[in-house]
Amino acid sequence: MFAHEFMRNALIAGTFVGLACGVVGYFVVLRAQVFAGDALSHVAFTGALAAAVLGYNVLAGLFVATILGGVVMGLLGDRARADDATIGTLFAWTLGLGVLFLSIFTTQSSAGNGTAGVRVLFGSIFGLSGTDVRRSVLLALFAVVVLLAIARPLLYATLDAAVAAAQGVPVRALGLAFLALLGLVAAQATQAVGALLLLGLLAAPAGAAHRLSTHPYRGLALSAAFSTGSVWLGLTLSYVFPSLPPSSMVIALAVGVYVATLAVTADPRAAWQRLANLGAAPEGAHEHSH
Amino acid sequence: MLEASVFQGLSWNVLSDVQQLFSFPFMVNALEAGTIVAVMAGVTGWFMVLRRQTFAGHTLSVIAFPGAAAATYAGLPVAFGYFGFCGFGALALAGIAGTRRSLGAESAAIGSLQALALALGFLFVSLYHGILNGLDSLLFGTFLGITTDQVTVLLAAAAVTLVLVGIAGRPLFFASVDEDVARAGGVPVRLLGFGFLLVLGLSVAETSQITGALLVFSLLVTPAATAHQITAQPGLGIALSVAIALAVTWLGLALAYFSIYPVGFYVTSLAFGVYVLARLWRVLAERPRTSARLATGPA
Repeated sequence: MFAHEFMRNALIAGTFVGLACGVVGYFVVLRAQVFAGDALSHVAFTGALAAAVLGYNVLAGLFVATILGGVVMGLLGDRARADDATIGTLFAWTLGLGVLFLSIFTTQSSAGNGTAGVRVLFGSIFGLSGTDVRRSVLLALFAVVVLLAIARPLLYATLDAAVAAAQGVPVRALGLAFLALLGLVAAQATQAVGALLLLGLLAAPAGAAHRLSTHPYRGLALSAAFSTGSVWLGLTLSYVFPSLPPSSMVIALAVGVYVATLAVTADPRAAWQRLANLGAAPEGAHEHSH
Repeated sequence: MLEASVFQGLSWNVLSDVQQLFSFPFMVNALEAGTIVAVMAGVTGWFMVLRRQTFAGHTLSVIAFPGAAAATYAGLPVAFGYFGFCGFGALALAGIAGTRRSLGAESAAIGSLQALALALGFLFVSLYHGILNGLDSLLFGTFLGITTDQVTVLLAAAAVTLVLVGIAGRPLFFASVDEDVARAGGVPVRLLGFGFLLVLGLSVAETSQITGALLVFSLLVTPAATAHQITAQPGLGIALSVAIALAVTWLGLALAYFSIYPVGFYVTSLAFGVYVLARLWRVLAERPRTSARLATGPA
């Protein structure tokens, strides 16, 4: 397996993409910003295709679009944090633009490029070159180092924004910087697992880590380990069974880990109680689940 | 851009343009299907935005994609896949909402579900070689080539959806606006929440057969978000949401017919334009009130 250069490249790049996604994802889940990650994946799609249509470097378009998208969402979400309809409206339109670029791109280019949209949407980790790998390693390391550097104040700002702000922690600036970093990581992950699937690498390993540990640094390590592990196993599976697409395998494994942690940490009695309450009279539906 | 179009092209005679639109059976079917879909999405989308379930709605619409891909792979009618997967997705989402520990945990679970759905969809598509050309239409839809049978099925599903919302609309509104008071007042809040997700799944399953899995969301969220910007009154809001969805769909279809660009682009862009106008209108409308309030001090 390691004899093939494409496989070595995929494993190296995948390791670092997994690492970055796991670390950033931990904060994404903690800050309840998974929907922002969802939105960024659509921005990535449109950005890459727009660059392709306009004749710019696709990668440059990808990075510019997702980082800008992160900053815009940071500015929007600042006034009313939970305004999911605004974010949804924005990215529905972004996707519409992406469809336009896709149609222009497929009509103006030759038939050989007809799968460009598919590559952006679902990634092409087996097609990475040596330069791609070096770039993604460097960027992933950059993202992880910056995030760990701001981890303490970011945690504080996330868990209790009001108190943190009162103590002089730059809550707004931290939020913006975090979303910009998320954009950077999203662009990277788009190359590996594709715009549509990067959400899985952000949400599932981190969700699993949050179930297993409330300790932040242990959680961060767990999240990164789950994410990188899913990438390794997913790539191996896809290598052994070539008909299985790598990105699907990676995401399926990551979600599998998450479901397993749900099963391990679940309380079956509470689950039955909820099921019983579903049909029961509202008087019985006292909630203790918090 | 518009001049370089197909058939007779667009002229300044609006009447003949409209006549031209209706002169092709596929266009009539598309307009009928678009109308049904817009009404359904306008109504359910209004409740979705009210309940802040945009992420869940988006996840449901994404689940339609593996549904269609799995059905194609198994050689079943595509509608089976849409309804089966969206129904199952609604169940899973209801389970997630039931175990809500924190906002972060809930969104992680929804996000994982969505990513899994997409991963499965891509897996089925890859296993079923040769569908790759159809992938775009699975994701982005095709308003063209809709059969009369499809319109009939759509109409039936829309009727079911609207009747359900009509029956449960008042308690659902109550439960969405103030959950605790509604529960104290004897409203079965959990059951309603679950039922609403099922209805949302049904309408998403229907809509995505026409608009594709990725564009249902634009019809669900944008007109509804616009209506919520303009009025908080439920009856008026739902009517506005439906009206915007209808206008946007009709205009989008017509524009797509007269140009070479995809219908999804027109529908989302028109809807977004209306939304931006509504935001602007609201900012302008609220400014004098805000300054008056500031002058007299807080009430």
